[in-house]
Amino acid sequence: MDFQLTEEHRMVQSMVREFASKEILPVAAELDHTETFPQEIIKKAAALGLMGMVVPERYGGAGMDAIAYVVAHEELARASAGVQTIITVSNSLVADPILRYGTQAQRQRYLPGLCDGTRLGCYCLTEPSAGSDAMSLSTTARRDGDEWVLRGTKAFVSSGVEADTCIVYARTGQEGARGISAFIVEKSFPGIAVGKIEKKLGIKCSSTSEIVLDDCRVPADNVLGDLGAGGKIALSTLDGGRLGIAAQAIGIARAALEDSIAYASERQQFGRPIAEFQAIQWMLADMATRIEASRLLAYRAAYLRQQGQRYTKEASMAKLFASETAMWASHKAVQIHGGYGYIQDYAVERYFRDAKITEIYEGTSEIQRLVIARNVMERVQ
Amino acid sequence: MNIVVCVKQVPDTEAPIRIKPDGSGIDEMGLNLVMNYYDEHATEAGLRLKEQFGGTVTLIAAGPERTKEALRTGLAMGADEAMLITGPGLEQSDHLGMARVLAAAIKALPHDLVICGKLSTDDNASIVGPALAELLGLPQATAIAHLEVDASATTALVHREVEGGVEILEVPLPALLTVERSLNEPRYPSLPGIMKAKRKEIKTSTSTDQKVAASSRLTKLVPPPKRQAGRVIEADADKAVAEIVAFLKNDAKVL
Ligand SMILES: Cc1cc2nc3c(=O)[nH]c(=O)nc-3n(C[C@H](O)[C@H](O)[C@H](O)COP(=O)(O)OP(=O)(O)OC[C@H]3O[C@@H](n4cnc5c(N)ncnc54)[C@H](O)[C@@H]3O)c2cc1C
Repeated sequence: MDFQLTEEHRMVQSMVREFASKEILPVAAELDHTETFPQEIIKKAAALGLMGMVVPERYGGAGMDAIAYVVAHEELARASAGVQTIITVSNSLVADPILRYGTQAQRQRYLPGLCDGTRLGCYCLTEPSAGSDAMSLSTTARRDGDEWVLRGTKAFVSSGVEADTCIVYARTGQEGARGISAFIVEKSFPGIAVGKIEKKLGIKCSSTSEIVLDDCRVPADNVLGDLGAGGKIALSTLDGGRLGIAAQAIGIARAALEDSIAYASERQQFGRPIAEFQAIQWMLADMATRIEASRLLAYRAAYLRQQGQRYTKEASMAKLFASETAMWASHKAVQIHGGYGYIQDYAVERYFRDAKITEIYEGTSEIQRLVIARNVMERVQ
Repeated sequence: MNIVVCVKQVPDTEAPIRIKPDGSGIDEMGLNLVMNYYDEHATEAGLRLKEQFGGTVTLIAAGPERTKEALRTGLAMGADEAMLITGPGLEQSDHLGMARVLAAAIKALPHDLVICGKLSTDDNASIVGPALAELLGLPQATAIAHLEVDASATTALVHREVEGGVEILEVPLPALLTVERSLNEPRYPSLPGIMKAKRKEIKTSTSTDQKVAASSRLTKLVPPPKRQAGRVIEADADKAVAEIVAFLKNDAKVL
């Protein structure tokens, strides 16, 4: 057993840390307040290889492993959870399934653009009436000659406004998971449009919108994977996605801790820095401990993935524990900052708002527990 | 254009430095070691000239095995090759000794330009670059903040920021330059660059030169004196002014 990051991981960490602190952190608050999509940052991230981290070099990616991905995404989220959302969605929910399930032609058509930033991906699974129970989705796809015709409305699509390369899950057959197929839909195809754009609590620089499919015509070549394999693709893609959300949560929690240490050391009450009060120290200690535990869970889930082993349970554990840590740590960070934590002059109110999403998307905490319980009970039986 | 860039691995300037109890050096346990910042600027300068004129950028470092990590950072930025010189005498070597070791290795390489950082952030000596120029018999310009090489690659035009102005110098190539941080903005090593760097071999050679150590020897490393807390004078204005003046005269001795 070796608990050290490799030299390559440490190089990734120091590069992304520097990139995030120079290019993202200085504008993170403004991006949040103005709800602006960070076009320039995404372009620079692409130039550094961050938009195709785990895609092999022959498709224009960086060819890195899953631990490097977790390491990099903690650093991105440390600076801005919103920016990190945009990057993780395009990487893990779009490029990754195209790599794993796509035909050679699909990989060649989409991966280089996703990697170099000329394309941006979004993942369209959720519907107004199919959230946690995603496999009950009702968007339909009907075959018409060489095309499929998609009809329905997708909800809460991250990067829905800016993305041009969408993975859309639609029903091509029976009820349940086995009747679902995945499609690669370009925004330029006829019949796809951006619907309602949501106003959110946090991750405000990442857009969230409806995607409306009004008899959207998709070439038959754009079915991703086998017909009827969409349910499986959606769920296995989320295993990888959850590593990105775990990393996001760790980044937010670390930001909360670092800002709290700095503030508690400066802020004087009763004649001394509040960091000298044990009540404050205990919060800092618990934050640090939970962050470390989250990181170890995430690294191990990533390790299993790169070993080609099943890691569904571990990914859910990492996502669950890290997201609850982010929520808890940012809550304590606001507490440590007192009234100053409640106003926008300090970043902890943003962490607090951003943290909440990690307990909701890519499966709520309840759904993670359901996945974990199913897996551990299976072992006992 | 064949460009050689000298690289040193140093403690991260943000890391707290602990000195070994016996004062023989820095305690490296848990210390984050990085490429000297000035050398990142030197590498960037080399890469830009390569992009302009073609050729190669070769990184060279002398130090223990771990120095390879700093070299790999430079390879990930885009340098073509890297060499590490190790050797039993290096640990005790002073700056002049280091320059001798580097000079011996650089003599064997084609070099139209040798670029070093102005100083290294760990011991601020600013000696290795100038000494290396002398040992290689090259003209030199130090602490340059601007660099242009003419189209035929025969002369470098450099700016040096001096007290009250800018010194503009012309240096015939081959030459040695040491660079200021304001010279350029170093690129980030890209992820594909990191992957390529991982696959590149870093050539290692052993310096057997026993004369490297030499002209001076470190006897003891001591931490700087602890900063005293500020003094607050609590009195009404007249009295406070008198006390401050007395302090500046008698304690600070600046009046
Ligand atoms: C900002 C944002 C971005 C998003 N981005 C995307 C995206 O890019 N692509 C995409 O497809 N989706 C996206 N989503 C959707 C997200 O994944 C869903 O919101 C989430 O899966 C929950 O679904 P729901 O909102 O319909 O809640 P519901 O499923 O209605 O859940 C409501 C509550 O009931 C609980 N619950 C439901 N079922 C059970 C059960 N069986 N046992 C116990 N408790 C249960 C839930 O945990 C939750 O607490 C995004 C959502 C948001 C808010």
